Amino acid sequence: MASEEELLEEVTSQEYKYGFYTDIESDKAPKGLNEDIIRFISAKKNEPEWMLEYRLNALKVWQEMKEPEWAHLRYPKPDFQDLHYYSAPKKKKELESLDEVDPELLETFEKLGISLDEQKRLTGVAVDAVIDSVSVKTTFTEKLAELGIIFCSFSEAVQKHPELVKKYLGTVVPSTDNFYAALNSAVFTDGSFCYIPKGVRCPMELSTYFRINEANTGQFERTLVIADEGSYVSYLEGCTAPMRDENQLHAAVVELVALDDAEIKYSTIQNWYPGSKEGKGGIYNFVTKRGLCMDNSKISWTQVETGSAVTWKYPGCVLKGENSVGEFYSVAVTANYQQADTGSKMLHLGKNSKSTIISKGISAGKAENSYRGLVKINKNAVNSRNFTQCDSLLMGNDCGAHTFPYIEVDNKSSKVEHEATTSKIGEDQIFYCKQRGMDEETAINLIVNGYCKEVLNQLPMEFAVEAQKLLEISLEGSVG
Amino acid sequence: MNETAAIQTKQDFLAHFKNLDFSFDADFSKEKRDFAKEQLQKLNFPTSKTEYWKYTRINKLIKGNYKTDFPTAEIDFELSVPSKNCLVLVNGYFSKELSWSEQTDGVHFSSLSEAKEKGGAIAKKFGSLSKDETEIFSSINTAYHQDGAFLHLEKGAQASEPFYILHLVDSEGAVSNPRNLIMMEEGSSAKVVMKTLSTKKGASFTNMLSEIFVDRGANLSVDKVQNEGEQDYQIACEQVEQKADSVFKINTFTLGGKLVRNNLNIDLLGQHTETWLNGLYLLQNKQHVDNHTHVFHREPNCESHELYKGIMNDKSTGVFNGKVYVHREAQKTNAYQSNANMVLTDEASINSKPELEIYADDVQCSHGSTTGQLDEEALFYLRSRGMSQESARAVLLNAFAADVLEHIGVDAVKEDVESFIDKHYQGVK
Repeated sequence: MASEEELLEEVTSQEYKYGFYTDIESDKAPKGLNEDIIRFISAKKNEPEWMLEYRLNALKVWQEMKEPEWAHLRYPKPDFQDLHYYSAPKKKKELESLDEVDPELLETFEKLGISLDEQKRLTGVAVDAVIDSVSVKTTFTEKLAELGIIFCSFSEAVQKHPELVKKYLGTVVPSTDNFYAALNSAVFTDGSFCYIPKGVRCPMELSTYFRINEANTGQFERTLVIADEGSYVSYLEGCTAPMRDENQLHAAVVELVALDDAEIKYSTIQNWYPGSKEGKGGIYNFVTKRGLCMDNSKISWTQVETGSAVTWKYPGCVLKGENSVGEFYSVAVTANYQQADTGSKMLHLGKNSKSTIISKGISAGKAENSYRGLVKINKNAVNSRNFTQCDSLLMGNDCGAHTFPYIEVDNKSSKVEHEATTSKIGEDQIFYCKQRGMDEETAINLIVNGYCKEVLNQLPMEFAVEAQKLLEISLEGSVG
Repeated sequence: MNETAAIQTKQDFLAHFKNLDFSFDADFSKEKRDFAKEQLQKLNFPTSKTEYWKYTRINKLIKGNYKTDFPTAEIDFELSVPSKNCLVLVNGYFSKELSWSEQTDGVHFSSLSEAKEKGGAIAKKFGSLSKDETEIFSSINTAYHQDGAFLHLEKGAQASEPFYILHLVDSEGAVSNPRNLIMMEEGSSAKVVMKTLSTKKGASFTNMLSEIFVDRGANLSVDKVQNEGEQDYQIACEQVEQKADSVFKINTFTLGGKLVRNNLNIDLLGQHTETWLNGLYLLQNKQHVDNHTHVFHREPNCESHELYKGIMNDKSTGVFNGKVYVHREAQKTNAYQSNANMVLTDEASINSKPELEIYADDVQCSHGSTTGQLDEEALFYLRSRGMSQESARAVLLNAFAADVLEHIGVDAVKEDVESFIDKHYQGVK
């Protein structure tokens, strides 16, 4: 692994600095969604015929579908014909120095204790920064290439590794899966692609930063991670978005494939603009994330959700292989007018498959936080095991915390456990902390961090610190 | 099913009731019937896409060919009712010959039609809890109920003898809408046993609805036993309203029936109430049981405890969907919900959906759901002490059911259920 200095040298000598810049001229498609737009996107990206066909089929499916309304969420429905479905920086306009980066953004990074240059210096992290759907920067690719690891933008993968994309795209999340998955399949512009060859243990944490940059643009990323037999990869996804006054739609699809004996660890920190204190604006986050586990493989999802005005997200695992393992660790914080309907789906198909779900919800202000999960044990999934725990913490009397678990067991040898609790922060705990000289806010941060520890411990080191700070920022001022 | 077909199915089903004559009915009841009939124009039967009916298919139930006439055949039942109060309904009609009761001051126990004729408080209460605007089976019951049981305890009345309400399903193909009304006035207390039994000769459908009012400081305990044949369908709905300081307990035992659906809705309207909901479902063959409970905490300082347990054998399927709703005003609520299931074969299945919807912060709410099977180690232990495989299993299954059984208010019911378990689970493989 390169030394810190070498890395610093390498990164700083490059002219382009991540492009977190709001004035980049965008190459926008006209508003609306129809076949022509799909053809436009596909042509822009110079895609092969099969890709275009995939998109057009998805569009057909999408047009037949209705927007789901079963979630415990209330929001004005987006007008899908009033959005731009393609927006790419026309020229990769390059920045002279960090000074040109959005100061507000830098401030947020500063608050998180993870300024951009610090981020760059972090050894062992390859950063693939995505601005408005088009991947503009990839580092460490060469180093990874030595091991045969492919880590690139999705469009690059379509061009360079069509056989892999063709083989796995839509196998875990078919375009018929749900309304937003269909929409994404039709219009996705870019995302990340990762392939770990047989028996390779990826030596560094792979990471991408997503950002929604252009007002009025829905962002539709597509992520595909394939861990071939016996391989291991840890993938980090972190998100920030600058202030926007209009609701922005985000409908991503993430597909993970863990072949026999492989392991994928997928961590997310989601910190998009949650809207103002009055509940104005904010991101709509409708994401479909799913992993497919073959024999003896393992997929682990860890997420810290603090952002977005509306979150609709159920990362899940299809435990198809024998002895496969699925895990889900989540902290979801909603404050002010934020709403989250999130949880996990564990589908047990293979023998001796195991899954664990740990979900911690924190609700403050006028927020609504729901856990919605499905654990299904198929008839053939003998000796399967699931353990689910979802706890909710309420702060204040105007918020809500809800639990909607679905448990379906179809054989006699499996064990499923589910437990949930809802309560508020203990007044005696706060009293104890205050008595030791802490102010109330610090006390609550301490208690909340302790409450989430189980999940935060699952995060890679790089994220753990950031996540803790994020929790604090998210709950700032929501305690009264 | 497309819309026209759905409407056709509904009309075909409602046609079963077209010959029923309700001209004798009291005016307030007729009004409710007319209102319910109006609602039926709009309402449709739930489908697999209806969230609250997701796991229960009622196609066969609603497409059945039923009769509504009173049976002429001799009633062939051995009824052992260890109480001085017993009211018997046969296919939804009151049977005077089979019923008996003692006269007690402040206690009125009669058929619903008799109570309607007498009038009084019933005129206000009848139909006030039934959700005829939204629930199709409720509006069918309101529109076409033949008769049912009526129990009214005046202020402070204490009844020590339990009240038995038996519903017998006799002739093949009977469809009935028994309708019960229980009014517990301030400070009164009573125990009720509700049983449904069938001659098990053929398919039938019982659509029962009970409205239960528990006033301030009153105490009511209900043991509900459903033991019908393997071709009998039943949908039973209890709408309960609890006022301040009252205690309400209901134990639901589902022992037989092809398809049994229980809707138990409890509305807590006063402070310091106590509510207990327990259930035990013991299923064999191809039985299907769907338990839906909804506890609505509207006021502060209330407590609810829910415990449902099930044993699924053969090809049976069980559903549990419990919901606890805590309103913004309902601070200091304690709500517990627990569902435990045992799946004994690979063909059996269970769908469990315990839900919490909470809008108040100073509450203690929790729920749990488990699904598993007999503990091999416990079995081994008992075997090593010289027990046969069968009796070891029976001991463990009895122990599993025990914490629901201990809530039963009437000893005779407890003995019934216990002997049912012994009989049916001795030979379990």
